[in-house]
Amino acid sequence: MKLTLKIWRQANANAKGSMQTYPIDGIEGDMSFLEMMDVLNEQLINKGEEPVVFDHDCREGICGSCSLQINGEPHGPDRGVTTCQLHMRMFNDGDEIVIEPFRAKAFPVIKDLMVDRSAFDRIQQAGGYVSVNTSGNTIDANSTPIEKENADAAFEAATCIGCGACVAACKNASAMLFTSAKVSQYALLPQGQVEASTRVLNMVEQMDKEGFGNCTNTGACEVECPKGISLENIARMNREYMAAVSKG
Amino acid sequence: MGMISSSIARKFAMALSGLFLVFFLGQHFVINLTAVLDPDTFNSWSHFMGNNGLVQALLQPVLIFGVVFHFVMGFILELKNRGARVKSYAKYKGSANASWASRNMIISGLVILAFLCLHFYDFWFPEMIHKYVDALPLDPTRYYAETVHKFESPVRVGLYVIAFVLLAIHLWHGFASSFQSVGFNNKYSKALTKFAKVYSILIPLGFIFIALYLHLNQLPH
Repeated sequence: MKLTLKIWRQANANAKGSMQTYPIDGIEGDMSFLEMMDVLNEQLINKGEEPVVFDHDCREGICGSCSLQINGEPHGPDRGVTTCQLHMRMFNDGDEIVIEPFRAKAFPVIKDLMVDRSAFDRIQQAGGYVSVNTSGNTIDANSTPIEKENADAAFEAATCIGCGACVAACKNASAMLFTSAKVSQYALLPQGQVEASTRVLNMVEQMDKEGFGNCTNTGACEVECPKGISLENIARMNREYMAAVSKG
Repeated sequence: MGMISSSIARKFAMALSGLFLVFFLGQHFVINLTAVLDPDTFNSWSHFMGNNGLVQALLQPVLIFGVVFHFVMGFILELKNRGARVKSYAKYKGSANASWASRNMIISGLVILAFLCLHFYDFWFPEMIHKYVDALPLDPTRYYAETVHKFESPVRVGLYVIAFVLLAIHLWHGFASSFQSVGFNNKYSKALTKFAKVYSILIPLGFIFIALYLHLNQLPH
């Protein structure tokens, strides 16, 4: 497969950056998108050029490290997959592929296609946890009865890998799908009730401080999420938030 | 607006003001429909709305506040949202994951705002001048003739039709979206969303029908 890649190149956080064109040949349909990027980087290194910097780690769709806006969509044209799971068979011989970093004020570019997503870490640190004493007296989780429906919904929310595709897809660069998943995974469980109010208030406050946009319910985040995190979580976060505000 | 500072409180307020306006729109439509069904009823209901103390002193200011709040908050949120992505994408495929209506609420909203200016120029300001500036005598039978007169112009009717098409697009996303914003997403949501979508099409279509009816009905046969 012969392709033309248009890739965002930016030397560092303060550099201006621009789109650069790279022709590439010999790409197999069974390769993952990141393997295709590896082939490109091999070529660039052999030519003595700077390889393209991009985020990646597990390459099996569970770590949330890989990103990339591919032809205008986060993680590319396939559904329910991360960029590392995106196969080149989704493209045709002769295609032009535009590759950009996830764009958001809260996700500044570090270099080329790598962005700083530590804003998500700070939202999580603001309340995305349950405070428990783990010094020898932890109660077995299975000893707490939980409705199957709630346990399943909490588990589904917890499958969010924090990749940032929701922010990248949203026309407002809103982080509400991510934040709501992290709020929901505890709001649905009895263990999360004690800190429910402070959790949602603090996490939303941090989300707003980071400079993410506001949700306008376009639903783009749910469509592009590689883990299929549901918009129901955003409605739940809205409820939790307004309940916490009304409690004062 | 400063009091409502958090992102969720703002979208909650947008949803509530939007739902209030949707309710008002339905009520407005029912009164307008009487212009087609029975001009006498249209006159008497219009006279009631224009002269009842409770409607004028309480409901009218609440409605104006609701409209102004929805627009001002809409603009504030649009500006904030635009600021959340400083560098835009070279290629952004918005249509791959969201409807045109949901992505362009500001465009449909601006058309509705322009329409409201025309609507106030056509009806509200003349009514205020009639009642409070010129202090003309109350005439409970004048409303139908005045309304019909406004729809003589094909240009005005055309502008009304365009505005209501954009209103339908605005409601198509906004009405159903307001349930999500207030946190209502459960087993009843599917049915409620269906109702909202039907309402979003039928009510603006109804307004278009009334405008066209009043226009065509006075053409020489």
